[in-house]
Amino acid sequence: MLTVRIIPCLDVRDGRVVKGVRFQNLRDAGAPAELAAEYERQGADELAMLDVSATPEGRKTAVQTVKDVRRVLAVPMLVGGGVRQSEDAAALLDAGADKVSTNTAAVERPELIDEMAARFGSQCTVLAIDAAEFEGRFEVVTRSGTHRTGSDAVAWARQGAQRGAGEILLTSWDRDGTRSGYHLELIERVADAVPVPIIASGGAENARHLAEAVRAGATGLLAASIFHDADLTVAELKRDLRSLGVEVRP
Amino acid sequence: MTGPETIVVRTGTANLASVLAALERLGAPARPSNDPTDVERAERLILPGVGAFGMAMDRLQADELVEPLRRRIEAGKPTLAICLGMQLLFDRSDESPGWTGLGVAPGTLRRFTGNVRIPQMGWNRIVAENSCRILTGGYVYFANSYRATQTPPGWSAATADHGGAFLAAIERDAVVACQFHPELSGSFGLALIRRWFSIGGASC
Repeated sequence: MLTVRIIPCLDVRDGRVVKGVRFQNLRDAGAPAELAAEYERQGADELAMLDVSATPEGRKTAVQTVKDVRRVLAVPMLVGGGVRQSEDAAALLDAGADKVSTNTAAVERPELIDEMAARFGSQCTVLAIDAAEFEGRFEVVTRSGTHRTGSDAVAWARQGAQRGAGEILLTSWDRDGTRSGYHLELIERVADAVPVPIIASGGAENARHLAEAVRAGATGLLAASIFHDADLTVAELKRDLRSLGVEVRP
Repeated sequence: MTGPETIVVRTGTANLASVLAALERLGAPARPSNDPTDVERAERLILPGVGAFGMAMDRLQADELVEPLRRRIEAGKPTLAICLGMQLLFDRSDESPGWTGLGVAPGTLRRFTGNVRIPQMGWNRIVAENSCRILTGGYVYFANSYRATQTPPGWSAATADHGGAFLAAIERDAVVACQFHPELSGSFGLALIRRWFSIGGASC
């Protein structure tokens, strides 16, 4: 049986790891390759790297950062941020990413998902969705949460999977950085709508939050702040998950 | 680890970076190539693969690699096929009806069924038959939607479960074909590659 994946996330800007609460107030938290190697040592099942650079120079740096991380990392690496066309994804895959996620660009031009899936396979194509709740409805937000698209997040996930996305990286804008737990209703609704795996993101503080997300339908669990502040190592989190009855890789 | 150069087949659809990084960590010299002579003569060969079955076979046909690959696998020369690379060993896949694979292992790949998410994405536990020399039990990383379920005659297998039992890997002589990604399976995967290196007689 497939085990649940614990996925530490590195937000990287200009080659350095930063961490933000609600994507703003970023602060430096270390070198990507060092953190990546440490996470693998602790038992991370996969690593996510999100490039939050705002400039073309920063994007170029991101490719080099992926190379540096790949050299030390022997578990899968999901890379996202600034992927506007399938060429961008190709550069990241060539540098050593195993999967590439697209977010805003896919909202603006959904065919990007088809193109990536056709060229690299669904296994490499991840659709990242940032969702925010407005009056009981989940809406897709973009540009680091500053822009409401009007699109229904559940319908967008369904369309993304139909277009060839092999995985949905689902972030709750309402919960991101709050440590109040994943948005379980959002996970449930998307899990019911798509056949592909779902990585839950936004709001995790402890093992109980992760176990709840698994019950809601997530098969991957992304977390950043818990690990960066060294509140809990991946190994400790896995131990706690096991005691809650969640099967994880030893 | 030193020893003879490992040729990594450039199938065009595959991402070679993770495979090359794993070999570098093992200290094994490696070179990507899609030259038929390299493929035929390589002391060791890795056949990676990501993408669709039909597209990958088209590429192998265009590069005239089908026969060299068949010959070396039939001869039991050190060959490690990964993910789609393993699937290409079989006759056919439901992913690309109308295409034929290398056909060195009989059978047809079918899509996962049952109450599971597809693609299978993540770490699953494999169990290896006692007759395996390179494969052992442990946790490995998968990213696939299609799989074989019947052990081809003459091969030894490791199996896992995702909506039912499936072939996680098969081995025969110095040929190992893994549905999972040893290069992404942490220290367990690196140890597997190291055993594959040692089976063919290279120094480790």
